[in-house]
Amino acid sequence: MSLLHVFEFGLKVGHLLWMLCCWIASMISMNWFINGEFKDPKAGLLGDSGGKMWFECWDQISNLSFKIHHQYYQFIGSKKVCKSWWRKLLFSWIIGWTLASVSIFCYMSSLATEKRKETLSSMCDERARMLQDQFNVSMNHIQAMSVLISTFHHGKTPSAIDQGTFARYTEQTAFERPLTSGVAYAVRVLHSEREQFERQQGWTIKRMYTLEPSRIQEEYAPVIFAQDIVSHVVSLDMLSGKEDRENVLRARRSGKGVLTAPFKLLKTNRLGVILTFAVYKRDLPANATPNERIQATDGYLGGVFDIESLVEKLLQQLSSKQTILVNVFDTSNQSYPISMYGSNASNDGLEHVSHLNFGDPFRKHEMRCRFKQKPPWPLVAITTSIFILVIALLVGHIFYATVNRIAKVEDDCHKMMELKKQAEAADVAKSQFLATVSHEIRTPMNGVLGMLDMLMDTNLDVTQLDYVRTAQASGKALVALINEVLDQAKIESGKLELEEVQFDLRAILDDVLSLFSGKSQDKGVELAVYISDRVPEMLIGDPGRFRQIITNLMGNSMKFTEKGHILVTVHLVEEVIDSIEVETESSSKNTLSGFPVADRRQSWKGFRTFGQEEPVHPLSDSINLIVSVEDTGLGIPPEAQPRVFTPFMQVDPSISRTHGGTGIGLSISKCLVGLMNGEIGFVSIPKVGSTFTFTAVFASGSSSSKEYKSQQINSQSNTVPSEFHGMRALVMDPRPVRAKVSRYHIQRLGIHVEVISDWKQGLSIINRGDNAIHMVLIEQEVWDRDLKRSGLFIDKSEKIGHGTPPKVFLLSNSISSSSGNATTGACDLSIISKPLRASMLAASLQRAMGIGNKGNPRNGESPSLSLRNLLLGRKILIVDDNNVNLKVAAGALKKYGADVVSATRGTEAIELLTPPHKFDACFMDIQMPEMDGFEATRRIRDVEQNINNHIQFGELSVDAYNNVSNWHVPILAMTADVIQATHEQCQRCGMDGYVSKPFEAEQLYREVSRFFQ
Amino acid sequence: MDLVQLQRQLVDYRTSLYHEGFLDEQFTQLQELQDENNPDFVVEVVSLFFQDSERLLNELSKALEQQIIDFKRMDAHVHQLKGSSSSIGAQRVQKLCIVFRNYCEARNVEGCLKCLQQVKHEYALVKTKLESMFQLEQQISNAGGSIPV
Repeated sequence: MSLLHVFEFGLKVGHLLWMLCCWIASMISMNWFINGEFKDPKAGLLGDSGGKMWFECWDQISNLSFKIHHQYYQFIGSKKVCKSWWRKLLFSWIIGWTLASVSIFCYMSSLATEKRKETLSSMCDERARMLQDQFNVSMNHIQAMSVLISTFHHGKTPSAIDQGTFARYTEQTAFERPLTSGVAYAVRVLHSEREQFERQQGWTIKRMYTLEPSRIQEEYAPVIFAQDIVSHVVSLDMLSGKEDRENVLRARRSGKGVLTAPFKLLKTNRLGVILTFAVYKRDLPANATPNERIQATDGYLGGVFDIESLVEKLLQQLSSKQTILVNVFDTSNQSYPISMYGSNASNDGLEHVSHLNFGDPFRKHEMRCRFKQKPPWPLVAITTSIFILVIALLVGHIFYATVNRIAKVEDDCHKMMELKKQAEAADVAKSQFLATVSHEIRTPMNGVLGMLDMLMDTNLDVTQLDYVRTAQASGKALVALINEVLDQAKIESGKLELEEVQFDLRAILDDVLSLFSGKSQDKGVELAVYISDRVPEMLIGDPGRFRQIITNLMGNSMKFTEKGHILVTVHLVEEVIDSIEVETESSSKNTLSGFPVADRRQSWKGFRTFGQEEPVHPLSDSINLIVSVEDTGLGIPPEAQPRVFTPFMQVDPSISRTHGGTGIGLSISKCLVGLMNGEIGFVSIPKVGSTFTFTAVFASGSSSSKEYKSQQINSQSNTVPSEFHGMRALVMDPRPVRAKVSRYHIQRLGIHVEVISDWKQGLSIINRGDNAIHMVLIEQEVWDRDLKRSGLFIDKSEKIGHGTPPKVFLLSNSISSSSGNATTGACDLSIISKPLRASMLAASLQRAMGIGNKGNPRNGESPSLSLRNLLLGRKILIVDDNNVNLKVAAGALKKYGADVVSATRGTEAIELLTPPHKFDACFMDIQMPEMDGFEATRRIRDVEQNINNHIQFGELSVDAYNNVSNWHVPILAMTADVIQATHEQCQRCGMDGYVSKPFEAEQLYREVSRFFQ
Repeated sequence: MDLVQLQRQLVDYRTSLYHEGFLDEQFTQLQELQDENNPDFVVEVVSLFFQDSERLLNELSKALEQQIIDFKRMDAHVHQLKGSSSSIGAQRVQKLCIVFRNYCEARNVEGCLKCLQQVKHEYALVKTKLESMFQLEQQISNAGGSIPV
């Protein structure tokens, strides 16, 4: 069961996954479709058709997916199409998902890097912009200062500014130029003006660095004003420094602020740049040529920018300065960028470069930013991809487990099928073995029993006779047992077939009754049979098997009943169905012996026949019998009830010890009932009793009696004598059920019966006198109850005297109570001991009423003698390929006086049996080379049929065929193996029966007697 | 030899045959079939059995010497032998035939060969036994005695 569940679960998971895939596919395509719709506004005109097209497309896709789905189911449904397919799928699934998760990881980490880069660039740009802004502000101030100088120094004579003023002013406005560490002004002095200038200033123009008086130049640019911080540069010629000269020249040429390359500042030894502005004599137009600018130059204003500290200050103002490293480079010379700020700690991580524009087109600066820390692990990407991978692996594992489970379950299933086959084969073999063994045992047992029979006929003393009787009884019991086992085996191997012969049901039940009468009388159990009047006289079916069922059921009842009664009732099913509604009053008290019984209506509750409204077999000649066997025995304990019909199962192992039996009786009965198209059921109440009921379908025997040979051989002398016809009887019995049984049996003799319940009623009927009462049957119970009144009744009835007084009989339950005869005194009273049955009743009545008894005509005849009678002078053909067998069979038949002709081949037999011929019968071996017995018989039947047809149509004259118009020679199969040559097979090819080989007198007689009578 | 002694010897011999399982009740039935009308019935049947069996055994030996063994044919022969032996009540031969047939069905050459040897052996045994019994009977009838049943 659990395996099955797992299997189911696997299927469900697979299905789920598949549905998921389908769903995803559909979503994707649906999205595609919708997007397409949105992105395609120009399809407005085509709108409708386009949409349709899409829908068709979608339809096709879904159809396809449905088909795949279907195939998938077929695939699952089909055997283990190939494990490798599943393995490949699994493998590709895992690989696919691994790749997917790796790509997801890559994508996510690249996203993260991108974001980082963006952050870096935005931070870097921000810093660069700020630096640039601040620088620009400082530069503007310096420019403003240049305007100040040109206005107040050069524009005024005498100058309004001297060193002191300048220093003070600059010092006080230094906060406006946060980036500059110092400002100085150098004036343009031509060589011609040097002397005058030197005189005016009171110092000579000195060279930079060396501080010597400057050599003769074309022009000079001595510093005249300087901020206090840089006051040491006063009187230095700016044109003597290489950097400064260039700067100065470039500044006055361009009219813009120019920057030097970064260099170590003189004092602080830090990196700095110098910004230089030219101061012109007059305002120059924007498009002035460089020459004009040079001519107009008055002086140069320079500011020192301490880049390093500047940037430091700037960065400190910003948050998150910790996270990034900033480097500033002068990249005017591409190949040798000069570092202006920042450490050179190389970090291989990403770097962002922002260009700085300090207003000097000649100089290029850039800011390079890097993150201080290495990029952190992309945890989100890692977890996401691992999560996806894990899910995919799990799904893969489920797949794998499912496939494995499926394979395992399939394997198990195959194994189980194999085992089942083996078990079935073993069962068949067992049955075959049982059949064979039983058959083999039966043969010697028959010898033993025969010998014992013969032994009994010899002179034996009493002890010996007793021993022999015991031995014979045991032998018979053994044979009966073997027969049961053989039956079971035959039923199990499906080889049991029912006969179809005409039989008298009542005679059979009488037989069974007589079988059990001795025992019932010993036990003091009342035994009775009641058969409904509506059950026809003659039925067609298998009397032996029917009898077997009844015997089994009655035998069981007999075993377990110590007091009370056993009642067998036979009805038509229709009758019972009709009576179900009518019979509502409680029948528990109203029973044969007065003991309560299990309600038999409960026993057929589950029958199919009763579930249907209409009669099951509307055919007129099929008779549905319902037979109940009711007892007042031990009952079956409820826990044992379900296995009552299981072979070899008994209620309790101790049962077999105390009561004997194999426990297959009921199982056989059930099978037999099944073969008779019936059902069997029971109801049982412990300590109250059991009632077994079964139904069986027979054919009515009266209508088609010609076709079936009446089976009178076994039920000998059951023909009911007719001398009692028209007589009248009184049955005195207060108990209706018992009275019904008695009336049934008496009526069978043709006697008219009236049932009365007490003495008074009886006397009044006798007194009426219009119809002579020939006999009065009184239940012993009634008799014993009041002996005085009974005596009185006898007296009175005798005195009435309408001719002969009625004979009075006592219906007695047991032989022992026949001693009660004495109590009746000299009365003319006969005792009829129960169980009642027609023949016994008739005999008793005959004896009492003096009607002559005709002896039984044919009893004690041995089968071999009757065989001789049957076979004497018959012409019989024996066909057997085995010479020895032929000889032996011929010898056997000759012994019985038959005229035997032998043939060794099938073809020979056909020739001999082609009409006209004088054979009365043919025994045919089945297994023969060239043509087997079945084939030969078939051909013979064909020939016969042909000739019969011709005769019928007058094409052949009957005279030529011994005046026989319907040729049909009885053909009997001879076979060594009775179980193999089934009756059915013989019949199918036109054989009339079969006998075992070597011949057994009794069987031979039984078969042959069907044809020769 | 004394006639009575001969008769007793015959009875003993016959009983021993039954006891040792050479014969079964079928042989008794066969004897029952013999009467005045048919005084030599048993001898006739048995000699027929001898002829038949020798022919069949020869056929079987030949069949087993073939390159390609026709098991179907062999099976038919063995079936014949089984039938005739069961008819005269030579039950040891009959039982061996059943085994033999199983080997034939299984197409087991070795088993068949072994079985054939055994059958031949059993057949020879039962033949000598029966012949000596008939000889005894002959002696009795020659001596003018009746054969005891």
